[in-house]
Amino acid sequence: MKFSCRLLSILWVSRDYLIGRQKPNQMLNSEEIMKYVCFGYQNEKKWEQMSENERNALFDACFAYDEELRAKGHFLSGEAIEGASAAVSIRIKNGKASVTDGPFIETKEQLGGVGIIEAKDLNEAIALWSKHPAMVFDETGFEIRPVVDMTPLREASKQRRKAAGKS
Amino acid sequence: MPMRKEESTQPIYEQVDAIYRSESRLVFATLIRLLGDFDLAQEAVQTAFAAALEQWPREGVPANPRAWLVSTGRFKAIDALRRRARLNSSIMESMGRLEASPTPIETDQPEIEDDRLRLIFTCCHPALPPDAQVALTLREVCGLTTEEIARAFLTSAPTIAQRIVRAKAKIRDTRIPYEVPARAELPNRLDVVLRVVYLVFNEGYTTSYGTTLMRHDLSSEAIRLARLFLELLPDPEAEGLLALMLLHESRRSARTTPDGEMILLEDQDRSLWNRELIAEGIKLVRHAFASRRLGPYTVQAAISALHAEAPSSAATDWSEIVGLYDLLLRIDPSPVVELNRAVAIAMRDGPAAGLSEIEGLLATGELDNYPLAHSAKAELCRRAGQINEAKASFEKALALTSQEQQRRFLEKRLAEIK
Repeated sequence: MKFSCRLLSILWVSRDYLIGRQKPNQMLNSEEIMKYVCFGYQNEKKWEQMSENERNALFDACFAYDEELRAKGHFLSGEAIEGASAAVSIRIKNGKASVTDGPFIETKEQLGGVGIIEAKDLNEAIALWSKHPAMVFDETGFEIRPVVDMTPLREASKQRRKAAGKS
Repeated sequence: MPMRKEESTQPIYEQVDAIYRSESRLVFATLIRLLGDFDLAQEAVQTAFAAALEQWPREGVPANPRAWLVSTGRFKAIDALRRRARLNSSIMESMGRLEASPTPIETDQPEIEDDRLRLIFTCCHPALPPDAQVALTLREVCGLTTEEIARAFLTSAPTIAQRIVRAKAKIRDTRIPYEVPARAELPNRLDVVLRVVYLVFNEGYTTSYGTTLMRHDLSSEAIRLARLFLELLPDPEAEGLLALMLLHESRRSARTTPDGEMILLEDQDRSLWNRELIAEGIKLVRHAFASRRLGPYTVQAAISALHAEAPSSAATDWSEIVGLYDLLLRIDPSPVVELNRAVAIAMRDGPAAGLSEIEGLLATGELDNYPLAHSAKAELCRRAGQINEAKASFEKALALTSQEQQRRFLEKRLAEIK
């Protein structure tokens, strides 16, 4: 859970940062590999209603497919996260961290897990993930988003901090 | 004016103009593949044609103008990138890749046709919002200007421009590839392309506001697009969709009075129907129907073909039409299809039979806000002699419709039964 929070905050910050910034020409058919985060949304009620056998069968199918993806070099990592009842939201109010109970938005569908995969483009990411057994769990489905490559920003920041430290 | 006008004696700018019209979209599609970027490719097309205007008067039109334009466009784009590269090191990387790619002077027909198909599938990618798919397809595949698209959709040019810019950013950021989908994905992706074509057609065909001339253009653009697509990727449903559009289009001049009032199918002057379009549509629908994969467009086209073949409403094969609606309900069930089926039943078995179907349908509540459901009920009530019910339903339909043409039609009908 800690992991996915960090992940979300990174994505959020980077997206804001990139707005208005001219990106270099990126090839439509570049050979570079892209990372995609697959956010799994699920209806928690449905999960609660499943029998242990049903849950085990789903776990087995999911882990087997994860391993298959990993063997092919597509699977980077994946985490299931605790339900909305375990969620804590933090906001900064008047310069202080204000902590509240529950997720940011209370809906029937909640984020249940994330998978991070590598694919050459969106079509490959869709093709790979649409075969994931977690997809059949319920029709809520997954949201796929490309990971923003922060390396150049991190490098530039490192340089700035180094320069600031020297002066 | 001289009668014999050989191509070679034509003024050069006229030739360039003709080549621009026939080749610029093809050159553009191939340059997207080679340069990997929409905007870069667009710029390269313009530069290549500018170079043609400069060089061809001196050196003559090359034997293969398309290959010349593609290769000049690519060269000039790399040149421009190199000049900009001094400012940005990441462009250097892109350039290295570009120059390493094999020389692009493919005059190979299949390869170039694939580029157009790649472009269509990229513009109609399901990851893009539907209105962006439409705008992007009209802009990049059909070559309409942003202003033309805005006029056709009665919206502002900045709105369309923004839609296109956002779509291109999404293509770049999520990395939507420039490719024809794999066989396993093809059926779903095909559906999206056909839906975009049909959306463009309907936008031009069904709406009554705006200048009719402009909206007419959208329908013919959709037909042109469907023909191109069918040529590139033969598919029964694409055939069915083209047939459906041609058969609708054939009735265009009979659909309205000279002053723009709506005329129902059964009251239309069938001698005004365009026989050429009907013949082509029927031929296509027969061919599509013979395939094993029957889709909703093909079945709708078949229904339209039955109307087109009938000398009058009374002489229409309504039994066959009811059967086709049954088929359509199995393939693509919707309350609107059920409504149409109910009307066909009324035509076959009399208004009372149709009315009981429509009443059952309205009882589900799904069509409460659909004006055509109430006007269909009103019409059948009128025919069954239930004047008060007819009036009530016409009034309901009138309250729900936002279309000016439909409103005038319903008002006229109401006045007639009062």
